[in-house]
Amino acid sequence: MSSWTAFRAIVAKDMKTYYLKPPNISWGLIFPFAWMLMFYLRSRTPLDIRALLPGVIAMSILFGTTSMLAVTITFERRSRSFERLLLAPLELGLLMLAKTGGAILFGMLNALAPIVVAAFVVDLSGVLWPAVIGSILLIAATSTFLGLFISVAVHEVFEAQTFSNFFRFPMLFLCGLFIPISALPVFLRPLSFAFPLTYGADILKAAVNGDGLLPLWLSFPVLLLFAVGLFLFSLRNIKRKWVL
Amino acid sequence: MSDQRAESVSARLQDGVRPAAEMLRADNLVKRFEAVTAVNGASFSVHRGEIFGFLGPNGAGKTTTINLLTGLARPTSGTMFLEGREYTAHPKQAQALMGIVPDESNLYDELDGFQNLTFCAALYGIDKTEREARARALLEQFSLKQAEKRPFRAYSKGMKRKLTIAAGIIHRPKILFLDEPTTGIDVASARQIRSLIVELNSHGTTVFLTTHYIEEAERLCHRIAFIVGGRLVRIGSLEELMKEHQQETVLELAVEQVGAKLADSLRQRFPRYAVHRPDERHLRLVSDGSIELLPLLGAVAEGGAEVTEAKLIRPTLEEVFVRVTGIESGLMRQEREGKKK
Repeated sequence: MSSWTAFRAIVAKDMKTYYLKPPNISWGLIFPFAWMLMFYLRSRTPLDIRALLPGVIAMSILFGTTSMLAVTITFERRSRSFERLLLAPLELGLLMLAKTGGAILFGMLNALAPIVVAAFVVDLSGVLWPAVIGSILLIAATSTFLGLFISVAVHEVFEAQTFSNFFRFPMLFLCGLFIPISALPVFLRPLSFAFPLTYGADILKAAVNGDGLLPLWLSFPVLLLFAVGLFLFSLRNIKRKWVL
Repeated sequence: MSDQRAESVSARLQDGVRPAAEMLRADNLVKRFEAVTAVNGASFSVHRGEIFGFLGPNGAGKTTTINLLTGLARPTSGTMFLEGREYTAHPKQAQALMGIVPDESNLYDELDGFQNLTFCAALYGIDKTEREARARALLEQFSLKQAEKRPFRAYSKGMKRKLTIAAGIIHRPKILFLDEPTTGIDVASARQIRSLIVELNSHGTTVFLTTHYIEEAERLCHRIAFIVGGRLVRIGSLEELMKEHQQETVLELAVEQVGAKLADSLRQRFPRYAVHRPDERHLRLVSDGSIELLPLLGAVAEGGAEVTEAKLIRPTLEEVFVRVTGIESGLMRQEREGKKK
């Protein structure tokens, strides 16, 4: 129970001090809204909006979580307040789950913005909502853990941002968000399947439009595997690099 | 608690009224960072209820030792015990019994004083009602009540240090680690922090203190370890350290008027003693053995002078430190001035 008290306190503090700050809320809302608007103006039919929705959801989560977590953890390490967490009687795995919990929640909230906007312009009937929610959770988790992986690799806040973009921008084009994987050059296609976002976006496409490339029974476990793998790998690096 | 009281508590405990049960023990602790050995075979124990001082210059291995003992770093070799239980490989349970105050405040700039304290209490699993009550009590005790709603970033250095100490004890640890608690803060805050340390200790908290202020170690600590280049070169109570290095007895007499004639007559009468006349009002007698006061006073009176004060001159901790470590105390002073800047 005492670990749960600490867990809740860490998530609540991070949500309050980092994620639910006006600049982040506006970023979380405006960014997906602007993308939706841009596509809406460009689209000719409501069907296009529905076709673009999975990509915008996945992108909103990716951008909302990766750099935020990497930046907050790097910032706390620089100010040494992260040491306070390492010195608390909380197992490292649970501590890092708490630390990433806020970012995962924030990522899921970011996903709501395009869904709400789309709901006003297109008919969302027939959407497989359990699959959408499941994929949003797993995309948020993998993107956050990618942020964690980045934060372990860097020392400065600006490095965290730069390194995040190093991963994020290629993912925008390679993961089938807006350009179908089948439209990519043949030599790039295997690379697409090395990114977790490909599987998350594919689940969303299957759930929203029924046009996923892979079956859900395959995408979900692969995405889950990415999430667990990234978390465990980051944990191992933290033990090696931060507990000297 | 005033500094005077601090001194009296310290003196009482140095006189032997000290619980001897072991709180913490380190056996042959070694920490290597590639080619550098930061801690080299440190073995010591900290008694329950004492203030144990780690005294050494910058880079001596003080902070690394604290990091090892608190689980923030892993020892290359060696073992650590808290209350008799080994925790070297699994420090998490032991951390619940520790309070840690690092050399630089590590609280959250964006949280206010009250929020910082309650957050730190929550990390130790303390429920909401209890942690809020404790936070209020600590803010009162540390004279920070008026700043409880102020963001931590707006605190002065002294206030930051006080709040960091409060955060370190909010879960009522059995042992409190203080890394250079008074470095870089103003004199008044430093005095207040020293008094708080003594007060905490008088309520039963064992304190492990690192410092490079010799006078701070002398004033606060019941036992002191000298650490240089990662090696512990001496451990003992102030009394023990002094005794070990008191090779001669030095007696200083304050006399109304000391003439050369009086000094000469004392030299003739007491050939065992070396008699010095540092100035017109003082005589200093040095002996390999003890000095008998009464015949000496009689001899001075016969010489037509009157002794107004007689005191035994003991070596200072600074002198002992210099003798043991070979490090000039001036160097330590320069270092701490540099650190302040």
